[in-house]
Amino acid sequence: MTSISAAPAPAPAPPAPAAAAGRRRARGGAGVTRPGLAWAAPATAFFALFAIVPLVLVAVLSFTTWNGIGSPQPAGLANWTALWHDPVMIKSLWLSALLTTLGVVVQTPISLLLGVWAAGHQRNRAILSAIYFVPLLLSATAVSVLWRALLDPNFGIPAQASWLFGDGNLLGSQAGSIGVLAFVGAWQWTPLHTLIYQGGARAVPQVLYQAAAIDGAGRVRQFFHITLPQLRNTIITSMVLMVVGGLTTFDTVLILTQGGPGTDTTISAYYMYQQGFKSFDFGGASAVALVLVVVATVISLAVVRLSGYDRMRSTVEGL
Amino acid sequence: MVWLLLVGVPLYVLLLTTLRTQSDYANAGPLSFPSHLTLQNYLDAFSGGFGQDFVNTLVVTASVVALVLLLVPPLAYAIVRSRSRATGTVFRTFLLGLAVPAQAVIVPMFYVISKAGLYDNLLGVILPTAAFSLPICTLVLTGAMRDITPELYEAMAVDGASPWRVFWQLVLPLSRSGLSTVVVFSALQAWNGFLFPLVLTQSDSTKVITLGLYNFQTEHGVDAPGLLSAVVLSMLPVLVVYLFARRALIQGLMGVGGK
Repeated sequence: MTSISAAPAPAPAPPAPAAAAGRRRARGGAGVTRPGLAWAAPATAFFALFAIVPLVLVAVLSFTTWNGIGSPQPAGLANWTALWHDPVMIKSLWLSALLTTLGVVVQTPISLLLGVWAAGHQRNRAILSAIYFVPLLLSATAVSVLWRALLDPNFGIPAQASWLFGDGNLLGSQAGSIGVLAFVGAWQWTPLHTLIYQGGARAVPQVLYQAAAIDGAGRVRQFFHITLPQLRNTIITSMVLMVVGGLTTFDTVLILTQGGPGTDTTISAYYMYQQGFKSFDFGGASAVALVLVVVATVISLAVVRLSGYDRMRSTVEGL
Repeated sequence: MVWLLLVGVPLYVLLLTTLRTQSDYANAGPLSFPSHLTLQNYLDAFSGGFGQDFVNTLVVTASVVALVLLLVPPLAYAIVRSRSRATGTVFRTFLLGLAVPAQAVIVPMFYVISKAGLYDNLLGVILPTAAFSLPICTLVLTGAMRDITPELYEAMAVDGASPWRVFWQLVLPLSRSGLSTVVVFSALQAWNGFLFPLVLTQSDSTKVITLGLYNFQTEHGVDAPGLLSAVVLSMLPVLVVYLFARRALIQGLMGVGGK
């Protein structure tokens, strides 16, 4: 590339064309013009208004009582003490953690293996990954509706395969419902993570494998000693997405179980919705939401640190 | 592969179910082959108000994509090229925004949108949906713009180009693939959005497809062929977009963890 830039550069500098010099912001970099902060302003203002302001508001609202009509009234710590003593809230946190952990444990190995496999150049790979990709295009709503129909105890698959499903009422028990939620989550999200791993695996330098092959390392050893360590960042990114996704699973619960049986699948995100938009206790719902925000933020901060996303800037910015 | 079966079989059953009558489904079960095939379910779905939902979703999706295209490219350009320290802070804020779930802010969003008089208005769905697709789109587009080599900027600087001209003549054309990823992403997110419409709209005239599915399910949960036809219909446009923009979508997704 240097040849391109070298050609025009040595030309004797013209005596500062007035128009260009006026606009030029020559802070180093041979008079290269750079966009000012104004370029970032519209998007930032928009994002602040619709994402940051509500984020602050949720904290404010958690110290009020509000039924959705009229104005919120200050309530001190009432929502928080209520939350602290609320058995459903505590249970919902455990359920969220359980469902999230299940998601990571089920999806990571499958998507890792499939992703590494798909990064190769087998025949039929294109067709297989096309079929495999479809769940990603379906909305969580559509996926939930589909599985609810397929798992219907009277007309669905369980009724036809009773040798496998027993009485077929999978959603009638806590273990069954959690199993279904974990399965449906994996069904929908494994393709995404597979793609992420596929991208990661493609980026692993082939030289490493060639060197390992010369040293006589088999495929399994190559996987554990080259692929896995090289995918470290990818694994972190993918797991964080899974954790945040798991904590905020909502559509699936609303459509498949409505938090039931009883409160056996009432995870925090669903509980928040229920308190706010079903019981019209928006103050209490805000407190639950704030707990969710804090958990998600802590996890995301940890990720930004671990994955080195915030360092990307310095590695690529060349000028 | 077992997993492929687990993905493929439900999709096959889905398609098959939409092509059979309800009584056939109820009597023979979802796994058997239907006695005869029919398209009646799809016609029923449309006469049942699905057309209106379709149009609403289209409006929401197009507006969200337009907003994102208006806001994200200048932002990404500033993040990649500005020397100002503030843009670094802005970028980090957007990265943090990646992890803030829509659920977390749905109560105050309801408050803000109601106060702004946008409740039960499609605009009230469009604005937050666009806001929440900004972080991922920014991440994708900054990635694409970083690949433009410094020499090209220098060449334009020698010509005395203003930031505005650099943006139009260099940055935008060279980040075309990033831009198409952004379009596909934001469109997909808007098309499949559920929580904002659920909470911020209520009447039939502002109903979007995902809500239509949800209502259908609550009202006629037993009519699996009808319900699943609606599922297929809700996916069709996405499928078309996917066929045209497959590369952009996959590249964008793979880029998330590939760096």
